[in-house]
Amino acid sequence: MLESYLRKRLKEKEILLMTHIVLGYPTFEDSFSIIEAMVKAGVDLMELQIPFSEPVADGPVILHANQKALAGGATVKKCLDFAKNVAHTFDIPFLFMSYYNILFKYGVDRFVGATAERGLQGAIVPDLPPEEGEDYLKAMQKYNLAPIFIFSPTSPDERMKYLASFGQGFIYCVARKGVTGVDTNFSEQLEEYLARCRKATNLPLALGFGVKNKTDIDFLKGRVDIAVIGSQTIRLVDKEGVGVVGEFIKNLR
Amino acid sequence: MIDRGYYDGFGGAYLPEILVATFDELVETFQEAKNDPEFWQNYTDIMSTYSCRPTPITFAANLTKHFGGASIYIKREDLNHTGAHKANNVMGQGLLVKRMGKTRVIAETGAGQHGVATATMAARFGFKCTIYMGEVDMRRQRPNVFWMERLGAEVVPVQEGTRILKDAINEAFRDWVTNMDTTHYVLGTACGPHPFPEMVSYFQSIIGKEARKQILKKEGKLPTRIYACVGGGSNAMGIFKSFLDDPVELVGVEAAGKGLSSGQHATRLSSEDASIGVAQGYKTYFLQDNDGQMKETHSIAAGLDYVGVSPILAHLKETGRVRFETATDKEVVDALSLTIKKEGLIPALESAHAFAGAFKEAPALSGDDIILINQSGRGDKDIFTIADAFADPGWQEFIKEKAEEYHA
Ligand SMILES: Cc1ncc(COP(=O)(O)O)c(C=O)c1O
Repeated sequence: MLESYLRKRLKEKEILLMTHIVLGYPTFEDSFSIIEAMVKAGVDLMELQIPFSEPVADGPVILHANQKALAGGATVKKCLDFAKNVAHTFDIPFLFMSYYNILFKYGVDRFVGATAERGLQGAIVPDLPPEEGEDYLKAMQKYNLAPIFIFSPTSPDERMKYLASFGQGFIYCVARKGVTGVDTNFSEQLEEYLARCRKATNLPLALGFGVKNKTDIDFLKGRVDIAVIGSQTIRLVDKEGVGVVGEFIKNLR
Repeated sequence: MIDRGYYDGFGGAYLPEILVATFDELVETFQEAKNDPEFWQNYTDIMSTYSCRPTPITFAANLTKHFGGASIYIKREDLNHTGAHKANNVMGQGLLVKRMGKTRVIAETGAGQHGVATATMAARFGFKCTIYMGEVDMRRQRPNVFWMERLGAEVVPVQEGTRILKDAINEAFRDWVTNMDTTHYVLGTACGPHPFPEMVSYFQSIIGKEARKQILKKEGKLPTRIYACVGGGSNAMGIFKSFLDDPVELVGVEAAGKGLSSGQHATRLSSEDASIGVAQGYKTYFLQDNDGQMKETHSIAAGLDYVGVSPILAHLKETGRVRFETATDKEVVDALSLTIKKEGLIPALESAHAFAGAFKEAPALSGDDIILINQSGRGDKDIFTIADAFADPGWQEFIKEKAEEYHA
């Protein structure tokens, strides 16, 4: 189970690292090398984004990665095959992240079944609130996968509790308003929000959006269980190539 | 949120968590306004003093004679301030923005009509305004960009994706998830997450409310058929809504672009290239591939060039209450040309789809039949596209001279 894995890891490390990549960006070979470097550098779990043509919750960096992956011929089938390969090669949990239409068109039950069959452990679907997610939740339960739900600073306490009642594995706390890839102000303001998140659930908390470097992660130590690095590695790969990913990750903790 | 805006499985509110509270507030504000009898009164007062409501229906005597079938009437939404039905929706949402105490509005625009209407409303109500417009559409509809900027709006060119309407919607959502505390997103059509389809249709229903009374007064009976073009579906919903319970055939005309078999079209409800999906926050028919990736669309009319369609219309298609037809770019230009010559009316390229659909069927109807066409907007904005379609030599000469002047 994802949650017990995380709890075990948390006994050894002060904070866990989850990274996010877009499958097929820049190429599937590169995606594989990036994952390999990340796992070697000690990443604890990973989000694999299946590219979608309309990623509304993503900012420019991840948006472009989605578009380029699609232009380069990424398909859902290729992503599933690729995910199977990495899930069997590397010994950390992998999650799918994608927008609901990808699941819907594939067939929700069929997609979730395929996710389980490929050896992944859960999914994040940012445009699927639990109110719309009956089929998805049923399938996730059937295949024993963790549906990851999202808290945001605009979620009232009651709603956080409601969301947490559907979540498994951990809760993904969005650090601020806005899309991915924009700087976050890691200040005491975040504290109050994170305290609200803690109160709403006993699940481990991940914090994402705008986490870029060691300073950010130092701030998050003791405040959340998992730090999520998304756009920053994509930026790095764009600028300096796949080769620098391992060093970057190693220096984060 | 209790009512999630479903129409037999179409619609819903597929929202990222960050926007849920914003939508809850919007749903509540809209419900309160709807239940407040003064609200609609206030709305129609504004529309009759700031815009030109009620817009008339015009009997098209020459077109009627030309086709020799049904009597043709035209509902004149082109006579609204800013030249299209978009004004109806925008002024209504503007009143809600005031109720919510927000100070900034954002909008997507394809043809530029909705952008101009929103910028106008913002100027009038004193809101800050940002308009997202696909780069391709900015080139197609440059005069509207000029007016939006004059009206004080910031026009942001969208360079992502297919660089047209759907991409502008995505960018507007990206702005909104950051600035929702001060900002309302004035979605321009009857699409998107609940409550937008219902809310936009509600404001646009002023078209059909008027038209029903007007035609009954003039002809003493209801029309046989009503035609409207369908982009996102707001002008169609607007005119159809008041006739849903009447024995009136309702016909929506989508953009067939270069032909349904060319793949270059924007036909969602009558083409095999579309299927049910979930994007931009709602469930409907989308032009998408088997993986669920949205396809490129094409129409000569920027305002119809969209991958999705109103979930309410998708529902009315499934129940058979509304019939959907298509018109190609070429048929549209011909219909436009004929309407200009015969009636001295200049429909927008979007609206000309409704005319083209009606013209195909008018001759087969009898003299006792009445058809009503919704002229959703006026075509002046399309001068560059229409001039190109007609390959107008005088205009081309003028543009060249003008360009030289600027070089001088
Ligand atoms: C004049 C006019 N008619 C129709 C449309 C299509 O939108 P809808 O289907 O929402 O009426 C537009 C959109 O820009 C427009 O400008």
